[in-house]
Amino acid sequence: MFLLQVLYIFIPMLAAIFVPFIYKSIKNIHTGWFVLAVPATLAIIYATYIARVAQGEVFYDGIPWIPSLDISIVSYLDGLSLLFSLLITGIGSLVVLYSIFYLDKHKEKLHNFYVYLLLFMTAMLGVVQSDHLISLYFFWELTSISSFLLIGYWYTRDASRFGALKSMMITVFGGLMMLGGFILLYLMGGTYSIRELIAMAPNLVQHPLFTWALVLLLLGAFTKSAQFPFYIWLPDAMEAPTPVSAYLHSATMVKAGIYLVARFTPIYAASELWVWLVTGIGLLTLFWGSFFAVKQTDLKGILAFSTVSQLGLIMSLLGAGAVAFHVNGAADSVFKYAAFAAIFHLINHATFKGSLFMIAGIIDHETGTRDIRKLGGLMSIMPLSFTVAAIGSFSMAGLPPFNGFLSKEMFLTAMLALQNFEFFGFDTWGVLFPIVAWIASIFTFIYSFYFVFRTFTGKYKPELYTHKPHEAPIGMLISPMILASLVVIIFFIPNIIGDTFVKPAVQAIQPFLYDLPEDINIHVAAWHGGLTPELIMTIGIVIIGVLLFVGLPKWQGIYNLFPRALTLNNAYDKAMYGLDVGLNRVSRLYMTGSMRHYLLYMFSAIAVISIGTLFAKDAFSLSFEGAAPIRSYQLILIVVLIIGTAITIFAKSRLTAIIGLGSVGYTVALFFVMFNAPDLALTQLVIETISVALFLLAFYHLPKLGKREERMRFQLNRAVISIAVGVMVTLIALSAHSQKLVPTISKYYEETVYSLAGGGNIVNVILVDYRGFDTLFEITVLGIAGMAILAMIKLRMNRKEKSHENK
Amino acid sequence: MKTNDVIIQFTAKIVFFIIFFFSIHIFLAGHYTPGGGFVGGLLTSSAIVLLVLAFDLNTVRNVLPINYTYLTATGLLLALATAAFPMFLGKPFFTHFFDYFDLPLLGKQSLHTAMLFDSGVYLVVVGVTMTIIQTIGEDE
Repeated sequence: MFLLQVLYIFIPMLAAIFVPFIYKSIKNIHTGWFVLAVPATLAIIYATYIARVAQGEVFYDGIPWIPSLDISIVSYLDGLSLLFSLLITGIGSLVVLYSIFYLDKHKEKLHNFYVYLLLFMTAMLGVVQSDHLISLYFFWELTSISSFLLIGYWYTRDASRFGALKSMMITVFGGLMMLGGFILLYLMGGTYSIRELIAMAPNLVQHPLFTWALVLLLLGAFTKSAQFPFYIWLPDAMEAPTPVSAYLHSATMVKAGIYLVARFTPIYAASELWVWLVTGIGLLTLFWGSFFAVKQTDLKGILAFSTVSQLGLIMSLLGAGAVAFHVNGAADSVFKYAAFAAIFHLINHATFKGSLFMIAGIIDHETGTRDIRKLGGLMSIMPLSFTVAAIGSFSMAGLPPFNGFLSKEMFLTAMLALQNFEFFGFDTWGVLFPIVAWIASIFTFIYSFYFVFRTFTGKYKPELYTHKPHEAPIGMLISPMILASLVVIIFFIPNIIGDTFVKPAVQAIQPFLYDLPEDINIHVAAWHGGLTPELIMTIGIVIIGVLLFVGLPKWQGIYNLFPRALTLNNAYDKAMYGLDVGLNRVSRLYMTGSMRHYLLYMFSAIAVISIGTLFAKDAFSLSFEGAAPIRSYQLILIVVLIIGTAITIFAKSRLTAIIGLGSVGYTVALFFVMFNAPDLALTQLVIETISVALFLLAFYHLPKLGKREERMRFQLNRAVISIAVGVMVTLIALSAHSQKLVPTISKYYEETVYSLAGGGNIVNVILVDYRGFDTLFEITVLGIAGMAILAMIKLRMNRKEKSHENK
Repeated sequence: MKTNDVIIQFTAKIVFFIIFFFSIHIFLAGHYTPGGGFVGGLLTSSAIVLLVLAFDLNTVRNVLPINYTYLTATGLLLALATAAFPMFLGKPFFTHFFDYFDLPLLGKQSLHTAMLFDSGVYLVVVGVTMTIIQTIGEDE
């Protein structure tokens, strides 16, 4: 069975191939029932690992993918991977079950939905089980793509497409940064395997690339896990169907970043920057998300911000857990709680947030609205949903007897411990951590109550609903009820959960602290005995939370004080719009469509690069050694040549310019005569005659309209660039002449022209014998030119045909 | 009023042959003295252009019923065939052969396969220049 371990990852992807066929051929049964078998089976398979992983065993299986590049797909199951795999398959099963009742089998394109969902499942399993950096990245991007497809599932809605694109942009940006971090890691460590990198972690810290690799990797983790300031995609992703929101945006995908941070903690925890960034950004996100959740009016909007906030909480705990690497005897200090609390809260969050999303979906389904301002008084109509929602919310708020209470206590313990830590300047700034955490917890309390009480209590307003509200079908309620009962069960058996799931995962995060999961001596208890600071803080949270919740209408107005222009969404929109418009403007600025401008760019580039290189490389030299003496008739010819050129440039009429050009051509022919090149002189004479004739022809055929005999206008920039190009050519020619490195090969031709080639005219023999290949293609060029002129003139279409073709 | 250009037409008839034979001379002598297929071809077509100037396109086309596009193609094929022929003998592409023969009437002469290649060049040049001049001249 363990032989197939790496293939389990691909089971959902393989199953996805068959989904469309099942959907097309079996119309009467909801496709979801067939899909349900996949995550359920996988969950059972992964459950068989639990006992041995809890003993500290790890399972490793890999198949080579590109062996020559040392790239393989690896399945590595330790405590952390197994916990995530179980979350993915377990919550996946519940979500598929829920979606069977949520999505209509006739109205919805179920085959698309389940294909995307199964693809996503493979991607997530791959992310959490990969021990190979490249395959981790591969699956990471696959989650981005499949979540893009799932968010845009109702692709006829504008908001869905906008949300899908936004999440794609942000997560792919982060994914690419992460790839950069991975490559740097590979460069530092020389291996793609994460386990091997962890083993050599102490050597990596000194490496100059270490900080870069750290920051790039964190960018990937923060974008995926919706940390500040990248959280903005998550609220917009709420346009996805609710099962997707419940699955991707509360339990699995957003935790990929958490997984990444947890997985790489052993490598990076030695860095001060890591501790500060992860803890700081996590706390900021925690506060920010909880503060703005109260502002939301959409049920799923509240849950989205609450997810952001809770992810920040887990992230800050992981940061605090990294502190343990810097403390002597950390296994006995309070910091050991942080990593434990992070994993524990991760499980808890998956349970209560999943159930809350499903309840939000049920309310949407049964009333037709998710706007909290329209909802109210549903308690008596939907008692089961209310119970589940209350359990989830109270757990989220951190009240006993629900699991959120336990993790919140541990969170406060860890945060309180941070301020006592005299390292990295935590002793001065550290006092902020528990305060921020405490305020954020108050807001968490408020939005949890806001969510459940605004929806289920208050005045019943049936006229606002599109449907007549009633309790959801039982099938839809099964999944949230299972999750809600887990919320309660975990509160009563925290240590069993801790021993089976949390401790093996903690051991994976802190392998330097513990050898075996049993070594972690943490006992979770609901009652610590006596008035601990955590308990006092919790009581404070409840009292202030209740007061603020009751007075909510009075102070909710402060959210309007926060200007729209300063929001991050606005910044994102402006940036996107600015990039679009700005880059368009930039390209329009230089892509003028005028050939003259392009020539100006090209010539100035050539001149600058060539002259620059000439002097930067100190290649310019001047020597007249071996130069022939100048004769008087040569001087005369040169003067004629210059006059001809000047006439061409400064001529008022085109005819003068053509004649000036002709005179230049004939002078060049005379130069050929002078320098003993009779063949060239002959050819130059005839060709010059023909081209002047063709020029005259073109001149004669210029259209009458707008034809003005106008002198070329003087433009300084063109003059400067022309002079620069002339200077460049002169300098290069002089330098090339002054430093001949190798003797010419023409001696060979001279000696062998008669004996080997049977000829006397070296030029012609070179053309047809030594280098006939060139000539072959030159006559081909001629032939093509002739045919092209023929085609251009003979096959010219008249205007009517042309416009017809353009359609 | 139509101009009477009898002098130019009469001169052209004679000069055409002078130029034509000179171009053939330059072409054939190319291997030993300045000249060759390219200049030879250009001179030949300039002789034809002289006829075109003196008479007109249709007259010249009746006198010399040559399809110049075919001429170009023939030249290209000849050049390519000359270049490719040695490959059938197991020699590299573009190997030339030459030797000296005692020909009747002409005496001892050298014969060279480069000549065939140069003929290809000659034909292409004549074909292309005449194609260009003819098409542009016909264009309204």
